[in-house]
Amino acid sequence: MIRIITFLSTFLVFAFGSAYADPKKVGFIYIGPPGDHGWTYMHDVGRKYMESQLGDSITTTYLENIPENADAVRAIRKLADSGHDLIFTTSFNYMDQTHEVAKDFPDIKFEHATGYIQADNVATYSARFYEGRMIEGHIAGHMTETNTIGYIASFPIPEVVRGINAFYLAASKVNPDIKMKIIWVFTWYDPGKEADAANTLINQGADIIVQHTDTYAPCQAAQKAGVYAFGQASNQEEFCPDAHLTSIEDIWGPYYAERAKAVVDGTWSSGDTWDGMDKGMVVMSPYNTKLMPASLIQEAVNMEVGIKDGTIHPFTGPIYNQAGELVVPEGEVAPDGMLLGMNFYVQGIDGEVPQ
Amino acid sequence: MNLDLILGILQIVLIATTPLVFAGIGELVTEKSGVLNLGVEGMMLVGAVSAFIILVITGSYFLAFFVSILSGIIMSGLFAFLVLFLMSNQIATGLALTIFGIGLSSMLGKQYIGTPIDGLSPWFFVIFSFLIVFLVSYFFYKTKAGLILRAVGESHNSAHALGYSVIKIRFLSILFGGSLCALAGSYISICYAPMWQEGMTAGRGWIALALVVFATWKPERVLIGAYIFGGVTILQMNLQALGLRFPGQFFSMAPYVATIIVLVLISSNKLRIKLSAPASLTIPFYKGR
Repeated sequence: MIRIITFLSTFLVFAFGSAYADPKKVGFIYIGPPGDHGWTYMHDVGRKYMESQLGDSITTTYLENIPENADAVRAIRKLADSGHDLIFTTSFNYMDQTHEVAKDFPDIKFEHATGYIQADNVATYSARFYEGRMIEGHIAGHMTETNTIGYIASFPIPEVVRGINAFYLAASKVNPDIKMKIIWVFTWYDPGKEADAANTLINQGADIIVQHTDTYAPCQAAQKAGVYAFGQASNQEEFCPDAHLTSIEDIWGPYYAERAKAVVDGTWSSGDTWDGMDKGMVVMSPYNTKLMPASLIQEAVNMEVGIKDGTIHPFTGPIYNQAGELVVPEGEVAPDGMLLGMNFYVQGIDGEVPQ
Repeated sequence: MNLDLILGILQIVLIATTPLVFAGIGELVTEKSGVLNLGVEGMMLVGAVSAFIILVITGSYFLAFFVSILSGIIMSGLFAFLVLFLMSNQIATGLALTIFGIGLSSMLGKQYIGTPIDGLSPWFFVIFSFLIVFLVSYFFYKTKAGLILRAVGESHNSAHALGYSVIKIRFLSILFGGSLCALAGSYISICYAPMWQEGMTAGRGWIALALVVFATWKPERVLIGAYIFGGVTILQMNLQALGLRFPGQFFSMAPYVATIIVLVLISSNKLRIKLSAPASLTIPFYKGR
């Protein structure tokens, strides 16, 4: 009898075990807390989506608030040592650290967000947020009454400069009188300073606030002052319902699910992914119907359709730089290489990119 | 430049500088009694998160600020116990208090991140910050108690010999400093940027510490120093928004450069620093002697 039970249980464990062969472990390195309602929050939403899609075939772990220094090496190594099969490092400045650890663990797959260097076991991925900036610019061009846009920028990296240019090109197209006031705050994250910058811009006549920093402080400041604002990274309407026009949302879930599935199936290969609205990686939050006229919402939706099917590109020539030189000829669109390294303002924007 | 623009800039400067004044004055009182508490940032964060949580739970601004100040008293009381009774090193203990405060506030606030609240108008606190500078200045230089506190900071052995309780006076000074730091934190999370985000004080505690040095331990100079810091930060934003071609990085680092320059200037004049820095700063007091 005992023998039968032993046999049966062995058999069951074996059968069970092979059917649900040890789930793959997927780890994440976050730069902030998952509750920031911005960048990290959206990565965490992506992680949860991946879990819901792949069910028992994966388990996930995340390490939050990892600084972009040697601590990141320790954190990534910790995930690697504890048997993770796939590790996502979700900030640009984890680049060197990711590669350092990846070299020692050739069997583990790494995915580095917004990076540009790949290896056999390191893939990179990012989203074309500038497509969303174009739609924001179009909306702002119509909605502004003072013809003054306030833009809170974080660091002078191509990602941010590209957003400013895409926004301005679209805004000046519908409203040639538009003026951009840009404040570089040199931080991703300082609610007080972000609010100061927003209030300064409003004080100087801006009636629409755009931000490329991580908290909803600017949107709150706009709400208080009675002007409009665009949120950042996630839908921030609940924090500033009378100011929030729309946000650019980063949707990582489907990509994460696809990559994790590839690891489960054993088909993962390195590469570089830069997707936009067409793949659903960049999504606009619901347009605020209380604040925006229906016709404008329709225009924005049409623009989304155009961007998705490729008939509209935010960087369509002719585009001139501030010196008046033609950088993108008429009828052409800016190549990805130019977009990835963009470090100049287009003609019409005052001031210069801090170097 | 029209008048509205200038008034607007002034408003932003006042709102942005107030937390620096509170934290700076709190730390000044602590240091005047001869104790250096590097835990300002940690106490501010715990003050910020406790005010936020209480406001979310009870909806009462009064209770929020009350509990926040209480949290500052508890945090600084812990510090006071360690450095005054257990004679631990003030610098190491203060740093530990900051690290502890960062961790504790993150843990407590975890589920409150992103909870929307109605911010409170900052103007009461802005006025109060000026008042407190005046009161502390009056206390230091016009009252006997203030004189005793300064004496404890200058020479605790002499004060002890005269029959003053060094430990008690230092304990109270540390608690006062802690409660003002917590108030600075709650002002940030309730008035300045009404939200809770981990580490949202973003280094203002360290600026407050630098301000006390900058001010050579004089209350009214803490006020002036805080407004120079706040003013430069907001001014550079205004210049940028006006499209003036100045390197942004230069202006972002300007407040910190100013601190270093002042530190160099006052340390090069040994007499001056001796005249203003409390002579017993960071030196533990052994009652047995």
